[in-house]
Amino acid sequence: MRQLLFEIKENKPLTKDIMEMVLAGDTSDITRPGQFVNIKLDGLYLRRPISICDAEEGKLTLIYKVVGKGTEQMRDMTEGNLDILSSLGNGYDTSISGEKPLLIGGGVGVPPLYMLAKELRKEGKEVSVILGFNTKDEIFYEEEFKALGCNVYVTTVDGSYGMKGFVTEAMKEIDYTHFFTCGPEPMLKAVWNASKTSGQLSFEERMGCGFGACMGCSCKTLTGFKRICKDGPIMMKEEILWKD
Amino acid sequence: MERLKVNLCGLEMDNPIIPASGTFGYGYEFAELYDINMLGTFSFKGTTKDPRFGNPTPRIAECTAGMINAVGLQNPGVEKVISEELPKLAKCFDKKVMANVSGFSIEDYAYTCEKLDKCDQVGWLEVNISCPNVHGGGMSFGTSPEAAAEVVRAVKAVTTKPVIVKLSPNVTDIVAIAKACEEAGADGLSLINTLMGMRIDLKTKKPIIANKMGGFSGPAIFPVAVRMVYQVAQAVNIPIVGMGGVSSAEDVIELMLAGATAVQVGAANLVDPYICRDIINDLPRVMDKYGINSLSEIIGGVK
Repeated sequence: MRQLLFEIKENKPLTKDIMEMVLAGDTSDITRPGQFVNIKLDGLYLRRPISICDAEEGKLTLIYKVVGKGTEQMRDMTEGNLDILSSLGNGYDTSISGEKPLLIGGGVGVPPLYMLAKELRKEGKEVSVILGFNTKDEIFYEEEFKALGCNVYVTTVDGSYGMKGFVTEAMKEIDYTHFFTCGPEPMLKAVWNASKTSGQLSFEERMGCGFGACMGCSCKTLTGFKRICKDGPIMMKEEILWKD
Repeated sequence: MERLKVNLCGLEMDNPIIPASGTFGYGYEFAELYDINMLGTFSFKGTTKDPRFGNPTPRIAECTAGMINAVGLQNPGVEKVISEELPKLAKCFDKKVMANVSGFSIEDYAYTCEKLDKCDQVGWLEVNISCPNVHGGGMSFGTSPEAAAEVVRAVKAVTTKPVIVKLSPNVTDIVAIAKACEEAGADGLSLINTLMGMRIDLKTKKPIIANKMGGFSGPAIFPVAVRMVYQVAQAVNIPIVGMGGVSSAEDVIELMLAGATAVQVGAANLVDPYICRDIINDLPRVMDKYGINSLSEIIGGVK
């Protein structure tokens, strides 16, 4: 982890409340897809943890949903520097993906899967991606995943685009060796239940520090207490102990 | 640097800066960021007799100029702290550490303190009788002079190292509790722990924190800390470790003027992990600005 300054290069809406921010800065600490950064914003005490959508040399892409004071402030930024703690969390392990990994993203859980898909394609894997949204207007990044050479399936709950239903509908049709997922917790649980292989799930929690110091985001797992920010956010399917 | 040195309960410190318990883990996470040997010392994560998971999540809520936490003393228990955490710490920290202890009974406090007192790495015992986030313990000892004194006597009877008692601000008269601790044999006092606070989510209409209430910390509580350190310093003759929202070298000097011998930095570590390093590096500049030659000279120097 390092504290770094990143310069805002671009900040544009992808849908009504999903924004894509491109930053310039030192991304050399980002070693795995699925990691996140923690952003300091003026007038707000706690940093805002945002997942990394993509990291190339000198270029960081973040996709975030505008949900509160912090992300509203981010939405209105067009230039300047951001004070960022980078890179945080364990990230996805691609070495156990097998030849045909399946990536499942729900809503604002989609972004970290982009860098993951890129890595897996680089490794020569046959990558399938399910992108789940509520409705057609919320869809983003379908073309970007296709451009990586992934087999892309889109589901919408209301059936306004792609397959009607939840991501688990699409899972039934796909042959896969390992799954990677990120999205709201009810979706993670449904994927966990429906999955036929081992897999990796990305979790979310209100965080204090984001780097393992405060124990604000701890959870119980079958392999002991874990801090979502430091020992996660990625957990293995086999270790998860659901809260309810 | 000589001018930053202070003496806390008979142990000399290179400077008065101490990351506060619960914001610095067992040290080694921060050792990846900078050489933590530059600190005066640090107070490690509140340790109890038995392992604890703590409270359900969410445990954190943001506030204006601060935050609320309700972690609830998550820790691996004193046996594991001694067998696993302290050896890890030894690899990155050569100084004496402050061992923060919490409990749910007088016996708990005595048991845990006795164990940690025997560890060479431990310089001071900080007895937390003020955790607002656990039921049936913690703060209940810190809100009555008699109960506080009883904990101090039990701990002093089984330990040899300086015992610093961490006091709660959630009381009517902190001076009465401070005096009771001093009379019971405490070697020092640390204050203030967090203020009880609460936030409600307007969308769900539920408390943000699963435990409903928690401890409020951060720059917003600094004036309360200055006031209480001042009040206690006027009433006792044992050293005070001041804390509560400290975020700059100026804050450190202000709290020392109010009566603190050393100063803990808490919430600020969570938003700026380099804050203690930066404060230590900035102290000489701020001392020069205010004509201060040596920090030990300004303790309680408020006019």
